[in-house]
Amino acid sequence: MQFGLSDEQEMIVSTVRSFVENEIYPHEAEVERTGQVPHALGEAIKQKVIDLGFYACNFPEEVGGAGLSHLDFTLVERELGRGSMALTHFFGRPQNILMACNSEQRDRYLLPAVRGERMDALAMTEPDAGSDVRGMKCQAQRDGGDWVINGSKHFISGAEHADFFIVFIATGVDETPKGPKKRITTFLVDRGTPGFEVREGYNSVSHKGYKNYILYFDNCRLPDAQVLGEVDGGFAVMNKWLYATRLTVAAFSVGRARRCFDYALNYAAERKQFGQPIGKFQGVGFQIADMITEIDAADWLTLAAAWRLDQDLPSNREIASAKLYASEALARVTDTTLQIFGGMGLMDDFPIERFWRDARVERIWDGTSEIQRHIISRDLLRPLGA
Amino acid sequence: MKVLVPVKRVIDYNVKVRVKADGSGVDLANVKMSMNPFDEIAVEEAIRLKEAGKADEVVAVSIGVKQAQETLRTALAMGADRAILVIAADDVHQDIEPLAVAKILAKVVEEEQPGIVLAGKQSIDNDMNATGQMLSALLGWSQGTFASELDIDGDSAKITREVDGGLQTISVKMPTIVTVDLRLNEPRYASLPNIMKAKKKPLDEKTAADYGVDVTPRLEIVKTEEPAARAAGIIVGSVDELVEKLKEAGAV
Repeated sequence: MQFGLSDEQEMIVSTVRSFVENEIYPHEAEVERTGQVPHALGEAIKQKVIDLGFYACNFPEEVGGAGLSHLDFTLVERELGRGSMALTHFFGRPQNILMACNSEQRDRYLLPAVRGERMDALAMTEPDAGSDVRGMKCQAQRDGGDWVINGSKHFISGAEHADFFIVFIATGVDETPKGPKKRITTFLVDRGTPGFEVREGYNSVSHKGYKNYILYFDNCRLPDAQVLGEVDGGFAVMNKWLYATRLTVAAFSVGRARRCFDYALNYAAERKQFGQPIGKFQGVGFQIADMITEIDAADWLTLAAAWRLDQDLPSNREIASAKLYASEALARVTDTTLQIFGGMGLMDDFPIERFWRDARVERIWDGTSEIQRHIISRDLLRPLGA
Repeated sequence: MKVLVPVKRVIDYNVKVRVKADGSGVDLANVKMSMNPFDEIAVEEAIRLKEAGKADEVVAVSIGVKQAQETLRTALAMGADRAILVIAADDVHQDIEPLAVAKILAKVVEEEQPGIVLAGKQSIDNDMNATGQMLSALLGWSQGTFASELDIDGDSAKITREVDGGLQTISVKMPTIVTVDLRLNEPRYASLPNIMKAKKKPLDEKTAADYGVDVTPRLEIVKTEEPAARAAGIIVGSVDELVEKLKEAGAV
């Protein structure tokens, strides 16, 4: 057992961190103020990432990616987590699920996505289907050889930049002893397909500029060629590829918690009250100690889960633990940092209030904390028959 | 033409430097170390020479502790072709003085026969600004220091130097030693393919003894102390008030 990074991993970490510090940080305040990323800026960041060979580094080499291991890629995500999500979105990491493309779809979707020519967005959530994915109402019905889609999806991140969408849609119902169970199919939907519309979503307090959108399908006709994976095989595709997004949230949370913690640490050392640095007061000093302990714990949980994936070990529970703990640790770290800063922490002169607002969503998206706890407990109890 | 680029492992420029309690130097235990930023500019320039077809090989060399191989890997990841590590100390707190470094570099130059040595003008730890000049004297080569522009043309090079009060352009005969200044270029990030390739590139390990150079310090550090803390400033309400305050302080 050894806990150090290899030379390559150290260099990946330092390169991505410098990139985020130099190419992302300077634009954050403006993105936060305006709530959007100018198109030219996004494209410029993307081009730099392509030139550096980091674009789509989560994909295998045979399709043009960098072939990073889960652990290496998690380190990349962790460092990206320091920066504003609206901007790091352009440090493109297309959805792994595109590896499910068939040979004809590869040329239309997978390869252009890896090259950075076409951006993707994933659509699963609906107003009445959040944690309960199978509760989705958006449905596709057979019509001749085609599918006709009706319904809507919301909370779709990155939709404004997406050229195509990976959409989960109900394609039937199975009667089971536990009641009716929807069959789900994954579709690839191009922007501009007749009957498909992308509309502005809601204003979120978290991640300004990383906007969410609503997708509408009104008798949208899609041929079989747009099905990703097998018809009714949506859950198989989801289970095979989507675990990675939970690990991403864990890694992002760790990176952002470290950035936030540095503010807390320096402020505790520099800010003087009652004649001494506030960090010397046990109340603040102990908070510093608790924060770094939690961040390190979250970091190791996350890296260990990624390592398990690389070893092909069962990792569903470990990923859930990492996502749960890292996102909740981030919430505590940002809240405590804000408290250490006092009133100044709430002002937008410092990024603390932003970290604090952004942290809130990490406990909700890609599976709420409650869903993660459900996954963890089920993993442990089910083998015992409970 | 071969380019030799000496790179030094120094305390990272972002680290808040702390003086050791006994005043013998700066605390380097458990602090982040990086490539000297001026050396990064030298590596970048060397790679650009290669990309422009003016050089065919870039060799990075570092003299110091074993951990300097991380610095060399960074140079390799940026695009250097191979590296030479000369281990000259065991203790991270032992700095190898410019003359010893220059003597070792002179031997490396003898072995490698580069057409140019591109070095940082100084390292950000001790700010000696001496190694390049000493190397030039030891080899009897021409030198161009504080370069903000470099244009190699056959057996001569035109170098723009950042000197007090402006820019000076000189022409030197090749081979030459060039020490680079801040504005020469903007170093690139290591690309991911190059990071992955860096490990496979050759890194030779030597010791100072292999070159017969004595690295025993000739300088004695009497005392190291923190710079005086800056006094708090004031915020003035208007330009007039600013001018008035400056007059009061005798500054204008």
